Amino acid sequence: METAVFIVCAAIVLAGALGVVLARNPVHAALSLVGTLFGMAVLFLNLEAHFLAAVQIIVYAGAIVVLFLFVIMLLGVDRLEDLSVEPITGQRVLAAIVGLGTFVLAVIFILSSSIGPSDSGPQILTRDITDQYSNLRQIADVLFTDYVYAFEATAALLTISVVGAVVMSRRMARSDETQDTKVDD
Amino acid sequence: MVTATWYLILAAGLFTIGAVGLLVRRNPLIMFMCVELMLNAVNLTFITFGRELNDIGGQVSVFFVLVVAAAEVVVGLAIVVAINRRRPQATADDLSALRG
Repeated sequence: METAVFIVCAAIVLAGALGVVLARNPVHAALSLVGTLFGMAVLFLNLEAHFLAAVQIIVYAGAIVVLFLFVIMLLGVDRLEDLSVEPITGQRVLAAIVGLGTFVLAVIFILSSSIGPSDSGPQILTRDITDQYSNLRQIADVLFTDYVYAFEATAALLTISVVGAVVMSRRMARSDETQDTKVDD
Repeated sequence: MVTATWYLILAAGLFTIGAVGLLVRRNPLIMFMCVELMLNAVNLTFITFGRELNDIGGQVSVFFVLVVAAAEVVVGLAIVVAINRRRPQATADDLSALRG
């Protein structure tokens, strides 16, 4: 059963990823991204990360892709893009070589290394996954004890990014106004 | 039985597709989507290793990656909107200066 779920979801994830890269219309790319993210959420369930599967659907497939679509519609860039033109000569060939090299090297390392708990390395900040508590409770336990400073830092990060987004759009609007008045003069 | 190796190879493939897309495409929005693909590949790797090493820390790391990805998208799309207001239909090639 796990194998079947993996094969189907891997196909969905890879097809969606190819759709993002190859789609000529940005809206189609965003919808392919939803497919990838959804397949990824099911793979998370397969790996028994229940909380993150739910968060993946809500935050990624819900909020982030909708934000992408909002911006696409707001800017009116939902026109077809001509992909046959290569802006820099040899760029696609070089990108393909880089991609192939990355993939081959990663697969070689994955296949040659043995994955498993080691007794030799440092054993700091590890907490075993148990069946005793729910997945959510285990994450919360670690998040509010070992990683509490990082958690507070993410709160600051989100606040800063929201303020930054607001400031960026306001300042642009103001400079546009001054430019307009100059043109009027 | 699907072993961790298969999940890691899938993550490597997804990361590669995202990286090639980031290098090839010129539309800033599509480039952001490719970054999201790469972040998702890393998330899958974190969760796979977390299960393989029996450590909940992998899932906590994914939680932080999600938060950073959300912040990145908010700031990035604000930049895209701000640039598009000044220079409509600009591609990544046209944007060589940080000034508007």
